[in-house]
Amino acid sequence: MGHVYTPGLKVTEFTKVRKTRILPLKGNVLVSVGQEVKPDSVIAETFLPGKAEVVNISNKVNVEPKDLGMVIKRKPGESFEKGEVLAQTKGILGLFRSTYRTPFKGSLESVSNITGQMIIRGEPTPINVKAYISGKIADIIPEEGAIVESTASLIQGIFGIGGEKYGKLEKIVDSPEEPVDESYIKDEHKGKILIGGSFISANALAKAADKGVKGIVVGGFDDKDLREFLGYDIGVAITGSEDIGCSLVVTEGFSEIKMALHTFELLSKYEGIEASINGATQIRAGVIRPEVVITHPHLSDDKTAQKDMESKGVLLESKVRAIRVPYFGKIGKVVSLPPDLRKLESESKARVLEVEFEDGTRAIIPRANVEVIEE
Amino acid sequence: MKKPEDINIILATDCGSTTTKAILIEKKDDEYRLVVRGEAPTTVEAPFEDVTMGVLNAVGEVEELTGKKLINKDGQIIRQTNGDEGCDIYISTSSAGGGLQMMCAGVVREMTAESAERAALGAGAIVMDVIATNDNRLAHEKIERIRQLRPDMILLSGGIDGGTISHVVELAQIIGAADPKPRLGIGYKLPIIYAGNVDARDAVSEALSEKTSLDMVENLRPVLERENLRPAREKIHDLFMEHVMAQAPGYKKLMTWTDADIMPTPGAVGLIMKTIADLESIEIVGVDIGGATTDIFSVFQNTFNRTVSANLGMSYSVSNVFAETGLENVMRWVPLHLDERDLRNRVKNKMVRPTTIPQSIEELIFEQGIAREALRLAFLQHKSFATTLKGVQKVRTLADTFSQEQEATIVNMMSLNMLVGSGGVLSHAPRRNQAAIMMIDAFQPEGITRLAVDSIFMMPQLGVLTEIHPKAATEVFNKDCLIHLGTCISPTDGGRDRKDGTEIMKYNITLPGGKTESGTLKFGEIMKIPLEIGETANAVFEPGRKFDVGQGKGTKVETEVHGGTVGIILDGRGRPLNLPDEDVLRVEKLREWLLSLEVYPESILKD
Repeated sequence: MGHVYTPGLKVTEFTKVRKTRILPLKGNVLVSVGQEVKPDSVIAETFLPGKAEVVNISNKVNVEPKDLGMVIKRKPGESFEKGEVLAQTKGILGLFRSTYRTPFKGSLESVSNITGQMIIRGEPTPINVKAYISGKIADIIPEEGAIVESTASLIQGIFGIGGEKYGKLEKIVDSPEEPVDESYIKDEHKGKILIGGSFISANALAKAADKGVKGIVVGGFDDKDLREFLGYDIGVAITGSEDIGCSLVVTEGFSEIKMALHTFELLSKYEGIEASINGATQIRAGVIRPEVVITHPHLSDDKTAQKDMESKGVLLESKVRAIRVPYFGKIGKVVSLPPDLRKLESESKARVLEVEFEDGTRAIIPRANVEVIEE
Repeated sequence: MKKPEDINIILATDCGSTTTKAILIEKKDDEYRLVVRGEAPTTVEAPFEDVTMGVLNAVGEVEELTGKKLINKDGQIIRQTNGDEGCDIYISTSSAGGGLQMMCAGVVREMTAESAERAALGAGAIVMDVIATNDNRLAHEKIERIRQLRPDMILLSGGIDGGTISHVVELAQIIGAADPKPRLGIGYKLPIIYAGNVDARDAVSEALSEKTSLDMVENLRPVLERENLRPAREKIHDLFMEHVMAQAPGYKKLMTWTDADIMPTPGAVGLIMKTIADLESIEIVGVDIGGATTDIFSVFQNTFNRTVSANLGMSYSVSNVFAETGLENVMRWVPLHLDERDLRNRVKNKMVRPTTIPQSIEELIFEQGIAREALRLAFLQHKSFATTLKGVQKVRTLADTFSQEQEATIVNMMSLNMLVGSGGVLSHAPRRNQAAIMMIDAFQPEGITRLAVDSIFMMPQLGVLTEIHPKAATEVFNKDCLIHLGTCISPTDGGRDRKDGTEIMKYNITLPGGKTESGTLKFGEIMKIPLEIGETANAVFEPGRKFDVGQGKGTKVETEVHGGTVGIILDGRGRPLNLPDEDVLRVEKLREWLLSLEVYPESILKD
């Protein structure tokens, strides 16, 4: 292939973050361009059509489908109150009438003279979309939402669970090598996003959720613990909708792995500052990585212009992380990039690179098995 | 478009969800052959959002490799040959942007709804869900489901002609109540194809014509005994072009470049498989195991079937294979002892970093163990779907009364002539012997079966080509597309009275040059006899009285067998293939088989 693709996760102190915040259906946009927003500011709102219910009205009131027109009191499109008589037969001399009362407030959608069924629909439910990060409205998407923009520190993880949350950052370990167990989670962590080290156990995560912690960032997590915490196995990496109180962002991968020093230092630097966290992960076309966003709304654009370099892929001296055994989790710098295909131990032929790890040892690794640490 | 006889240079692309592949075919000495292939990342997603960029990059690579000029200065494909410039026709398939995602609906799940599903799958769709009157879901649950899924289109069937009207209309009303919105493009109506009872057309139209873009085609199950899937499939293809493709970024432009309609990738693969099966009068099974999904195609009794196992794959879905089959089932194929916690983490790490490759041999063995399970599960699904029509009245014998099986699968491993594999884990296995053993273990072919892999997955492009130039398509398929692995001979027993070492088949194979290989195959062993690609050998197989190699138990078979990169494989492990329960014995047996076929380096198996 002409292009070498090496997945890189962004861990950068200053970048321009743009978040497209749109409704699932068309609705009203409540913000304007240039307006400053907070994570909980409502950007747009709409109404979801109410639940439709199919009722076999013909059976309910004992009338042939073709005669339903004579007993239904409302026309399609008309609304009704809860408990209202929607259909009633004449009975015999006004007695023995069959009656159908509506189970909720809503409207009549349709009546079929063939099947004897009618569809009634409940009241619309209001929904809205919030800003998620602090920033300014950069653009409006008419009837759908807006784009929120801010200068921010962006830390992308490799895998996460749980949805969008925000809270102040708090460090609970002394070093990126330190694993987190239950004893680290305290009452005063309620509403915070915690910075952990190399690992978190299922029990510690459950305790955090219980204590009202908003989110946790750690280097590694165990698949076994993931199953234990969620109560099921994640088959396909599409997450974010889990109903858990505390969102989790794993920065390195599965197993106990020291959090990359740069990531740990960056998070620690902003301890006490409000941040947004989202565990949503999707690893298919249209990749979504979990993230922590620490906005700096009052920084000038120049700062990001200096730092926002385009990703250049793997180069000599690039800082890389090995992402598959036998070197999984090790960090080093590229010391050579042989152009020809090399035979691996598995006998596959692949393009490789030579890495010098932090401890000075060197190894040959397939290029597909490293990722660039973008700083 | 030019007449077929005037077509000398063919350019074809397949826009996959991650890679766009281009191939160039040229006629030389009255024969069409693959000249070169190029590939580039697909550019449907942001930041590019224009599929034609990936197409031009892939074609650009073909230009570099051949020295031909195929793209003009305006950035368009030159479809007029002039010396070293241009091609005669350009065609393309696509599965980018998630392919074609459909829902199907029918009255009875096992009858019209299943026929609708078959029509959609055959057209190359991913079927997200099948709604049926008898699927045990309440109406509001069905409505919620339709809303949630947002398919590209819905195929509604139900009722034989002259049969039920009310049930079909009920389904139409449910779809209408859901007021479904298409996945792509906010401002247009969702296409719905009605292919059910003709008598219900007016009522269906009343329920759906305002809210959706409704099309009517002939009933896909006009009588219980017969399916008529073609009109529905053709309509799906038309709507795929008109609605789905037209909404995807850059496709409007691409559609003006191609000389034939852009086809969904799996639909095109189905076409080539069916063409080959028809031309050579063979029964065939093909599999494409990808990162996210596994597609299986088969032609048995002249009937084409396709299934997609949406969440069985080797990278994005690898964790799901594990979740569905369990660690034990994967590990039974692995002749090594590995730590469970570590393995589970490895699988998840592959899921979150799907582009990584096994560096160590131990990793490769483990990954190929997972592949066997993904293939096995996908094939089980395929077998249960590829059946004779359900709901047809039959005269049942007393024996049938005691049989649990209601409808027999038409997949017959004994009559199967060829098994074709494709997808990274099979096509790029470092040793071809690994691809062969993975397919044999997962599919368990019976009797005499040829094995092949599609080395660079060009079946999609050849599929579209069969529509406009069948000669070119079949020539390239036979000469350049397939890499023949050889022939597998598996005497089949009933699984009873098995004992390792029992003599189960005598063989006598006359190789090219006159040399003969003869001997006795014992139960529990597997061996290979070299026979090169393109070579054939005359063979005589005499199975024991309890064993069958195609002509019945104990019946001698004289036949010609084809060679390949692996050769002739004599598989005496019985069908179904059972591995020893006891761990030490199982590992010992696996090592013996893998050594005999030279699947992995001796050093790792002899430790």
